[in-house]
Amino acid sequence: MRPRKLLALAIAPLIALPVIFSSAQDTPEADPPVAIRAFTNATIYPVSSPRIEGGTLVVQGDTILAVGPAGQVEIPDGAERIDASGKTIIPGLICTHSHIGQVAGGDSSSPIQPEVRVLDSVDVRDTSIDKARAGGVTTVNLMSGSGHLLSGQTIYLKLRKGNTIDDLSIKLPDGSLAYGVKMANGTNSIRDNGPFPGTRGKSAALVRQKFIDAQAYLKKRNEVDPEKPFERDLALETLADILEGKRTVHHHTHRHDDILTVLRLKEEFGFKVILHHVSEAWKVADEIAAAKVPCSIIFLDSPGGKLEARDFEWRNGAELEKRGVLTAFHTDDPINDSRWFLRNAAVGVRAGMSREKALEALTLAGAKMLDLEESIGSLDAGKQADFVVLSGDPFSIYTRVLETHIEGQQVFDLDDPTDRLFAEGGYGAGHNREASGCCFYR
Amino acid sequence: MFKTFLFLALAAASQAQIAVKADLLFTMTGDLKPIKNAVVLCNAEGLIEAVGPASEVKIPEGYQTLSAKVATPGIIDAHATVGLSGILNSPKHDQEQLDKSAPIQPELRAVDAYNGRDPLVKWLRDLGVTTVHTGHAPGTLISGQLMVVKTNVPSITSMKDTLIPTSAIASTIGSKALSKSPGTRSKAIAMLRAELIKAQARRLKIEAAKDDPEKEAPDANIKLDALVDILTKKTPLLINAHRHQDIASALRLREEFGFDLILDGAAEAYLLLDEIKAAKIPVIVHPTMGRPFGDMENMTFTLAAQLHKAGIPFAFQSGYETYVPKTRVVHFEAGMAAAYGLPQEAALAACTINAAKILGLADKIGSLEKGKHADLALFDGDPLETTTHTTHVIIDGELVSSSAK
Repeated sequence: MRPRKLLALAIAPLIALPVIFSSAQDTPEADPPVAIRAFTNATIYPVSSPRIEGGTLVVQGDTILAVGPAGQVEIPDGAERIDASGKTIIPGLICTHSHIGQVAGGDSSSPIQPEVRVLDSVDVRDTSIDKARAGGVTTVNLMSGSGHLLSGQTIYLKLRKGNTIDDLSIKLPDGSLAYGVKMANGTNSIRDNGPFPGTRGKSAALVRQKFIDAQAYLKKRNEVDPEKPFERDLALETLADILEGKRTVHHHTHRHDDILTVLRLKEEFGFKVILHHVSEAWKVADEIAAAKVPCSIIFLDSPGGKLEARDFEWRNGAELEKRGVLTAFHTDDPINDSRWFLRNAAVGVRAGMSREKALEALTLAGAKMLDLEESIGSLDAGKQADFVVLSGDPFSIYTRVLETHIEGQQVFDLDDPTDRLFAEGGYGAGHNREASGCCFYR
Repeated sequence: MFKTFLFLALAAASQAQIAVKADLLFTMTGDLKPIKNAVVLCNAEGLIEAVGPASEVKIPEGYQTLSAKVATPGIIDAHATVGLSGILNSPKHDQEQLDKSAPIQPELRAVDAYNGRDPLVKWLRDLGVTTVHTGHAPGTLISGQLMVVKTNVPSITSMKDTLIPTSAIASTIGSKALSKSPGTRSKAIAMLRAELIKAQARRLKIEAAKDDPEKEAPDANIKLDALVDILTKKTPLLINAHRHQDIASALRLREEFGFDLILDGAAEAYLLLDEIKAAKIPVIVHPTMGRPFGDMENMTFTLAAQLHKAGIPFAFQSGYETYVPKTRVVHFEAGMAAAYGLPQEAALAACTINAAKILGLADKIGSLEKGKHADLALFDGDPLETTTHTTHVIIDGELVSSSAK
């Protein structure tokens, strides 16, 4: 019974292909009709606009066709109508900082390794990815760790059902993959042994020298005759992309002084940077706001656990909101399980954030940080159909994720026994989605 | 009642006896249903003077009245390491929860390590936790003792500062307790049995000497005497075990040695509900938001709901965290369990009265009844909702927090 279900899931992305390519082909009359589904009578939080009671969400193929109150949305003839009475629909959750999929970045050979790509390490079949879908997470920035000043290139993924990393990755208009670069400062990247830095001052010096090298590389790259061969340096190439604003730096930082060090680097080299974790954001919120740097923050149930998180406070979200700083939440999974991601909005509200901004911090704000706000992050006509169906109020602990949809495909269904196992846990939940005839006696 | 005021200013400001008025009062008695529009009066000795509907319990003149949407008994964390495992996570400075120099050390006392001034104790107190069962962490076969203490006690100046100085001895069966030796599960159980058999022999000698003046009592031995206390049921053995085979080992040990067993963690307990129920043992469940790795990889958020349905007594714990968050908050864990099928009252009971019962303190704490300790937590909404704030915390009739956290 279960293998057949899995087979159906594996085929699902293939079925979606004609839809994806339809716009690129010049033979519209040859296309099969694209399925249209209308979710009606739902409480809808588009995030980009106020909450809609008794709302309708119309999805055509992989795209949102319309969102609005019942009377104002036309449901095309032949559309499948799904009564979502009593349920709440929100945009797919976007986690700007996650370590699911068994990711790995740089090794212990050096503190700065821009040439290393996490995409070469991701296991798309890992249970952590199934669990993230169960938490309503549809897009992630998968990052390597904070044990390096620069541990490698991150990868932005849509958590589509897929067999390979290519099935989950996001292609930019220029054909390259969407990703950023992970950097860190403070104690995590300080080690007792060289070539790693032993102090904060040394950490900053190593990073500055590397970017100065990259400035020279970039100059050379821009001056070189495109007809002639150019000796590529994978590490400097990545840093040059950062200097050109093509890639965003996702910078782990906790303490107020470390935060200011990142702002100084940004000032000196002019790169796009997002501050991550930012435990002491409340101490330097004015400076962060003045630098116009977005923050991807974490909530923990207590401060401490490491020296740098001693002064962590729940009010970070509220203090940043007050100053107009673009703020998103992240799981840092496995630090916080992706299945609790929604809970962050409630912690934010508890500590003074508005409900609107707290929900935005799980969705649209993250999309902006990943430069994907044109296609995801809110429920608007024309955007990709990434959405989550909840059992109730998104700010209530009693609310459960019932369904997760990515580009119109359902990737999580609480009523499916295997999906439910990953959603709730239980015997076998620690192991990957099984192949046929395998594995656990439950 | 042993009152050590952490905040002299607060103490001075709260000299008046406190009356609590709650729109909804969870007394955690009887059918656990709350009373609407209720009053609790605290007497000058720090005990509850009266509880009931506002129509029946009048607030005497001169009382300081605190109002809340919801009030509950002070929250009880049935198993923590707070006060030993400090906020900075700095070994040799504030990490006193685990000594790995020997696999079996029942003689290590929690009272000798507890720091009530650690910021995490205040963190929990401000959120409504008034009592913690804290001490040595899981991680070796027997890591040491646990104690029960109120969260307003800054220092253990005498055993009387605790509610119970040695409330349990902490044991771990499973991969976390394995190292060079014991290196396997079988060896671990063999080592535990050998030590308990030594304690059995010692117990016989002690008892024989009691009855026969001719026989000499053995010299004091703090390690073996701690184990003898387990065998005589003076101290329960709290066994942290997650895998079903490790839970089964704990049950076999109890069968062989006849001690009082508290099952701790118990991630796969859902596979052995009948056996656990038949053994009539309580379970202190792992944090609902614990991480599904190692022995806990098959944990389920529905465990508490399943134990409740099976009629097995259980309580929630904050547990032990090696990293962040350095402590969990026990009623947040209860809230998450309530999202996965545990009724609200049962979730609250598992961090109040049912926790008190498992700790043997139900005559003093865990419910709001005349004569019990005046420990209360006041909230501006459902205590299990993340968005709710703890507005006031009262321990032994004294206001210890009004931080609206």
